[in-house]
Amino acid sequence: MQPLSNIESLLYFSPEILLVIFAAAVVLLDLVMKDRNSFAVAHLSLAGCVCVFAAVLITHFSFGDKGPISLFLGMIQLDAFSSFFKILLLLATAATILFSLRSEELDARLKGEYYALLLAITLGMFLMTSSTNLLMIFISLETVSLTSYILAGFLTHNPRSSEAAFKYITYGAVASGTMLFGLSLLFGMVGSGDVGQISVRLAELLASGEVAPLAVLIAITFVLAGVGYKIASVPFHMWSPDVYEGAPIPITAFLSVASKSAGFALFIRFFYSGFGSSELMQAVDWPLMLAIVSALTMTVGNLAALPQQNVKRLLAYSSIAHGGYLLMGGVLLTSEGIGAILFYLVVYLFMNLGAFYVVVLIANEEGSEMIEGYRGLASRAPLVAWAMAIFLFSLTGIPPFAGFFGKWLLFAAVLEQGYYWLALVGLLNSVVSLYYYARIVKAMFLEDAGEEITRVTFSTGTFALLSVFVIPTILIGFLNIFYTLSNISVSVIPMQ
Amino acid sequence: MLLSLMIFLPLLGMIVVLLLPRESEELVKRVTLLFTLIPLALAVALFVSYDRSTAGTQYVVNVPWIQAFNIQYHIGIDGLSVTLLLLTALLGPICVIASWRNIEKGIKAYMALFLLLETGMLGFFAALDLFLFYVFFELTLLPMYFLIGIWGGPRREYAAIKFFLYTLFGSVLMLIAMIAVYLNSGAPGARTFDIPTLITLAATAGHALNNLDFQIWVFVGFFIGFAVKVPIFPFHTWLPDAHVEAPTAISVILAGILLKMGTYGLVRVNMAMFPQGLDFFCNGMGFWGNSLALLGFINIVYGSFCALAQTDFKKLVAYSSIGHMGFVILGLAARNDSGITGAILQMFNHGVISAMLFLLVGVLYDRAHHREINGFGGLGAKMPVYTGITTLAFMASLGLPGLSGFVGEALSLLGAYDKFKLLTILSTIGIVVGAAYFLWTLQRVFLGTLNPKYEELPEINGREILTLVPLGILTIVLGVWPNFAIDMFRESVTNLIGVLQIN
Repeated sequence: MQPLSNIESLLYFSPEILLVIFAAAVVLLDLVMKDRNSFAVAHLSLAGCVCVFAAVLITHFSFGDKGPISLFLGMIQLDAFSSFFKILLLLATAATILFSLRSEELDARLKGEYYALLLAITLGMFLMTSSTNLLMIFISLETVSLTSYILAGFLTHNPRSSEAAFKYITYGAVASGTMLFGLSLLFGMVGSGDVGQISVRLAELLASGEVAPLAVLIAITFVLAGVGYKIASVPFHMWSPDVYEGAPIPITAFLSVASKSAGFALFIRFFYSGFGSSELMQAVDWPLMLAIVSALTMTVGNLAALPQQNVKRLLAYSSIAHGGYLLMGGVLLTSEGIGAILFYLVVYLFMNLGAFYVVVLIANEEGSEMIEGYRGLASRAPLVAWAMAIFLFSLTGIPPFAGFFGKWLLFAAVLEQGYYWLALVGLLNSVVSLYYYARIVKAMFLEDAGEEITRVTFSTGTFALLSVFVIPTILIGFLNIFYTLSNISVSVIPMQ
Repeated sequence: MLLSLMIFLPLLGMIVVLLLPRESEELVKRVTLLFTLIPLALAVALFVSYDRSTAGTQYVVNVPWIQAFNIQYHIGIDGLSVTLLLLTALLGPICVIASWRNIEKGIKAYMALFLLLETGMLGFFAALDLFLFYVFFELTLLPMYFLIGIWGGPRREYAAIKFFLYTLFGSVLMLIAMIAVYLNSGAPGARTFDIPTLITLAATAGHALNNLDFQIWVFVGFFIGFAVKVPIFPFHTWLPDAHVEAPTAISVILAGILLKMGTYGLVRVNMAMFPQGLDFFCNGMGFWGNSLALLGFINIVYGSFCALAQTDFKKLVAYSSIGHMGFVILGLAARNDSGITGAILQMFNHGVISAMLFLLVGVLYDRAHHREINGFGGLGAKMPVYTGITTLAFMASLGLPGLSGFVGEALSLLGAYDKFKLLTILSTIGIVVGAAYFLWTLQRVFLGTLNPKYEELPEINGREILTLVPLGILTIVLGVWPNFAIDMFRESVTNLIGVLQIN
């Protein structure tokens, strides 16, 4: 199908336009409200999420499911794959807004900007999931990065938060620069910014000997630096523990889920349609490189998580490890592997956000994020403790929780390609991860609170929100629909 | 339907228990008892109505579950599983009664977890789809971790996490093997997890599953998973810790059922699905050909000598379990009629006898609050009924003819003697040592002069006797009339031996 012109595209672009409108409205509302009522602002942003959600569904079912549509002269593409990610990202954004409402660490006076930025970053991520042009890829990535820097440093009174933002910018700048260099190399070789063309042209150039495989490998590696930075894979992960620890908890939750998902969306679209052809894989053995990166990422993440005392930092390392598991599905880029990534991202969204929500609750209650603060939680707040245990065991990958089904799909995809060593590394990593997740469970259930037990009561809304995460974590694996959804979304990405 | 009802009733019970108010402890216990008694009634019904004359699986339910991967909810029973289901369902209510008075905190959570555990165990023994089998296998892990970790003894945290890590390590290797089997079972789209289908495919000449190298590797993967559970030396070190720290009823489940899950898995998957791999480990030339029998021998002798050295009553029983599970391995390695029959019978008998032993240790511990064997003496005069039942359990465990323990061990050894003469002869050392540690314990605890500290020790009470009597009756009945159980799985064993005949 011919790419649509700029004017024609606007109709299909309505979710993104709505996001911009709501972000602007949030800023305006914040200005006119005298007492800077963050409650109203947050609810306006939530309403924005709902409207955008509806718009995504409407655009998808009226246009997108009839096949991919190329918009803005080939800059972005509307298809099931991007719709899938947009819904995922909106869920994460809505959850983050709800967390922020309940979090006591954020400065109430600044919340207007905060929510506007959240909507802006969502816009950037929407673009990341649908870009099909090198230039657009870079712009969307930068939109997300720049906004994340501000959000990470949002606790202005807290030096750790400022430190986090500073480190984030420094690493981010290097990664973006490297990626931009890689992109320009690619553009120089191919002469086109269109991702769909890269694969075809590169295969021709490699076959005719005009381009050396080494040059392609260098370009791929440089691009991977930018993507790897977003999904926090080794060796571009160094920023993430400090940023995750310093940033406000809702933002940490958002970065670990939404940023990672958007990063994977970009990674899949770019690598699947850009370098997915078998000729290219024969010339340049980048799958092996990815396999090694994946194994290193999960191992480094898990080993570094072992001694952590701060739950937020522990979850940061665990999130690095999960990036490694997810990358396994990307090795060789088979449709089973991509389907497994999509499925796992859904599961990961619920279990990881759920775990972070409990961290928010405990931080409000205890004023601390250390494991000691979880001691005896089972007798103080049994429902919250059980919910946390479910999230943690699901993260470990123990049946019957959804995390197990996600991991099994990933391992099956890897074994299918004969990467037995990678599957073994991944599974042994799961055993290692049990040890540190179980430390939190141990503190909650097996250790006494010490002094007399004071039961902590939470509001009904808290439990309702908690159950929004618990129920999918238990049920997703048993429902056929999620397997089907992730398969449909994979089938639309063109593979050469 | 009957079978599904039996498996999921405890799960329903868990939900009911969770909805009950925290304060009504009596009600929680009664509801739990009810939801374990109904599965017992159903298990007895299955046991009675099971058609003994055929080896085929009965009460089969087969509905699609996750269609994208051809995963089915496929359950059914054969002679082996119906026997173990009966054992599981019987130990359920017994453990609930045994926990009636001595669980002090959080009775509601305890009972809920116990019911979840029961669903996991029952489902495991009935599953005929490899994926379902694995899910049920792992489902027992979480409740067990909490049951040991929350309600256990002083070193419960260490014991619980050790148990969890060991078992998870085993099961991830099993998971790889399982996925490998799935991927090799056919072309994309035609792959299956169905155990009966896989058994047929593995026996089809020219199929990818019918390949010696492949079978050896997946055999090892599954074997390690099950070996941790059995436990087979050198994966056994979690067991003494877990047993010593676990509350009485959980020790009963651990020894009675969880260890059987390992040996049941060996029969259901390793033997039936990978006969060539099995052949390599019990019939091939040289070291590997004797390795399985050697592991059985090590378990028997090593477990028995370790038990001899213990002064903690519960640890002694725990190590004796390791020894007795060795007979199962040895019997299975023989791969003949008497070996396999003996092994399966030994699984059931050990489940009954070790349950009795752990209950008896619990009775003593509840009164004296320690388990140091040398700290007692002369209890025979003070607690005659207790002494009588303990003597029965000891005699059954050490293999006295006329009681159930003897039949299983004798048949296993008989079968093994055909194939592994030297190892079998050496294994009998285990029986002698077994007699030694049990008789020596009997002497130290019940004979001699009464420790004045225990002048006031009350006799075993009615509730405790209630938990022991059914098990005591079973040991005697199976001792004099072993065909009562053997009839159930005779056809299944014949069928299995047929599968094991490879050219």
